[in-house]
Amino acid sequence: MSAAVVTRQEVEDFLFLEAQLLDEWRLDEWQALLDDDASYLVPSNDQPTSEPGTTLFLIADDRTRLDERLLRIKSADCHAEFPHSRTCRMISNVRIDGIDGDLVRVAANFTCHRFRRHGRAYAFIGCYRYILRRGKNSFSIKEKKVILASEELGQLGSVSFVL
Amino acid sequence: MAGRRYIIDDTARHTFRLNREVLVSEHIARQEIERIFARCWIYVGHASEIPKPGDYRTRRVAGRPVIFCRDAEGEIRCLFNTCRHRGAIVCREREGNTRRFYCIYHGWTYDNSGQLSRVPGAEAYGSEFDAACLGLRSPARVESYRDFWFLCLDEAAPSLADYLGPARDYIDLVVEQSPGARMEVIPGTQEYDVAANWKLMVENSVDDYHLPSTHATWLTYMANSGVQVRPRLEEGLVLPARGRSVALGNGHFTTDNINYRGRPVANWIPLYGEDARAEMADIRNELVARLGKERAARVADTNRNLVIFPNLVIHDGSSVTIRTFYPEGASRMHVTAWALGPREESKAARARRLDSFLTFYGPGGFATPDDIEALELVQQGLANWSDDPWSEMSRGMSKPDNEQLNSDEHHLRTFWRRWNQLMTGGA
Repeated sequence: MSAAVVTRQEVEDFLFLEAQLLDEWRLDEWQALLDDDASYLVPSNDQPTSEPGTTLFLIADDRTRLDERLLRIKSADCHAEFPHSRTCRMISNVRIDGIDGDLVRVAANFTCHRFRRHGRAYAFIGCYRYILRRGKNSFSIKEKKVILASEELGQLGSVSFVL
Repeated sequence: MAGRRYIIDDTARHTFRLNREVLVSEHIARQEIERIFARCWIYVGHASEIPKPGDYRTRRVAGRPVIFCRDAEGEIRCLFNTCRHRGAIVCREREGNTRRFYCIYHGWTYDNSGQLSRVPGAEAYGSEFDAACLGLRSPARVESYRDFWFLCLDEAAPSLADYLGPARDYIDLVVEQSPGARMEVIPGTQEYDVAANWKLMVENSVDDYHLPSTHATWLTYMANSGVQVRPRLEEGLVLPARGRSVALGNGHFTTDNINYRGRPVANWIPLYGEDARAEMADIRNELVARLGKERAARVADTNRNLVIFPNLVIHDGSSVTIRTFYPEGASRMHVTAWALGPREESKAARARRLDSFLTFYGPGGFATPDDIEALELVQQGLANWSDDPWSEMSRGMSKPDNEQLNSDEHHLRTFWRRWNQLMTGGA
C-alpha cells in the first residue's frame, strides 16, 4: 500500500471484506482485523455524537471487553444469537474523512438486515465511522463507531451481534 | 370472562399457578389500561432531567403523551401534550428549553406552565370563551418522592408517599449514594421494544432464578474478569451469594442481595481496574462518615432490583438503572431505560459507572439481549396457552415469607396477587 495515498477503493475493499466476515460469522478472522487497542462503540440513539465516559451508550467496548463480547457471541449460551441470526450488510457512500500519519478516518453508510426464524426481520440503518490504521498490505481497525439513524432502537430490540 | 380464574393461589398446597391467558389476551390488555395504568402511580421522570426553568422532556407515560417540564417559576409540571383546541401534540421535540408550546395546527400557544397565552383571531369567539380555562390539562395527580416524579390518573388515589409505603426505604438506599442526595439521570436513553407481554418484564426484572441459565455468558465474563461466581450449593443457593425476596405492599417488591458483582458505590471488583481502588475506598469512607457503618454497608454491600407496581424498575446493582415499560397490546412492550448517578461523582467515577452499566444492562449489554430473547420465547410459546393454560410459580412457597430467596418466586407471586386484585375488583 502506498504510504502517501489511500484510495477509496482500498478502503472499500477492506470494508467489504469486514462485512463479509461478519455476515458469514467468521468472527475469529474479524477479530484478527482489530488493533490491540481497538474500540467498538454504539451510542444511544438520542445521543449520537456523545462520548462514552459521560453518556450512556448501547455498547462501549475496549479491546478486552470486545474480546469477551466475541467469546460470548460465539457461545451457544448466547441465547440472543443462537441459533445465529442471518445478516446481510450493504455498505455505501464510503468516504475518506482525513489522514493523520498511519491513521485514516473513514465514514460509510450501511444497512444491516438481520433475520431470525418465523419472519422476524430487522433493518439496522446508520453510519459507520472508522479510525483505520494503515499497515503494509491492508488496514486494521482502531475504532469502529456505529451511529444508528433511527430515533430509538424500537422494534430492532437489541444489538446482540456485531453491527 | 365471568368465572375464569387468573391465578390459583393455594397456600395450603404450596401451589401458585398463573393462567397464561393474561399474557396473550388483547381483551385483558385493554382492561389493564383502565384497571391498572389509570389507577396506579406511574413513573414520569426525574427532576434532574429538567434542572432549569423552561426545561422540558416529552415522553409517553401510561400511553399518554406528556410534557414533563419546569415552568418559569421553577415549578415542576406534567402536562398532557395535547392542544385544547383540536387535540394536536403541541411539543414535538424530545427535550429542550422553551417559554412556550406552540400548536402548529392553528397557532394556539401555551406558556411553560400550560396556560393558554395566545389564540390567533380570538375576537371571533363569543364572550363565553374563557382562555383561562383552556390551559393544557394535567393528570389528576402529579407528585414526587426524592426527585422521582409520578403521575396518577385517579383523583381518589392515595398520596404517592402512602402508595410507595415501605418501598421508600429502597429508594432512599439509591439516593443515599449521593453525598448531597443529588442523584441525576445521565444523558443517553435506551429505548427498545420487546415482543412480549409487559408483565413478563416485571417478572424478569427481579427473577434471580433465571440468572445461571439465561445469563451463562455474563457469568463466564464475570468469572474471566476475576469475580467469584460459583453458586453456594451447600446453602441451597443457585447463585454466588445469598439474596432475599421482599414484598413491600401495594404490589411493590424487591430483591435484597449480598453483592458479589461489584458496585460503583462502593464495592470494587477487578473490572474497575487497580486505578479505581483508592477512589472507591474514598467513596466508601464518605458513606461511612455520613451514614454510619451499618447503613453504609446497606448501601454499598447489597444490591437490589426494586419494582414499583406496576411498571417501574430500579436496578441498584452493577450500576443504577431506571427502567420503565408500557404495553402496546398483549404481545409487545416499549421499554425505556436510563442510568442514574450521584451528581457529585468525579469524571473517573462517572465513566466507571457507565462502563459497569454496560457489562450487564441494556440492549447491547452482556445480559439484557438474552432476557429479551427469553421473554420473546415465552410469548411465542404462549401460542399454546389454550391447550396448556397454566404457568408454574410455586417456587419457595412452602417456606415462610421471611425466608424467601431471590431465586424463589415469592416476588412474582406478590406482583400477580396485586395484579389479580386490581383486575378482578378485589382491591
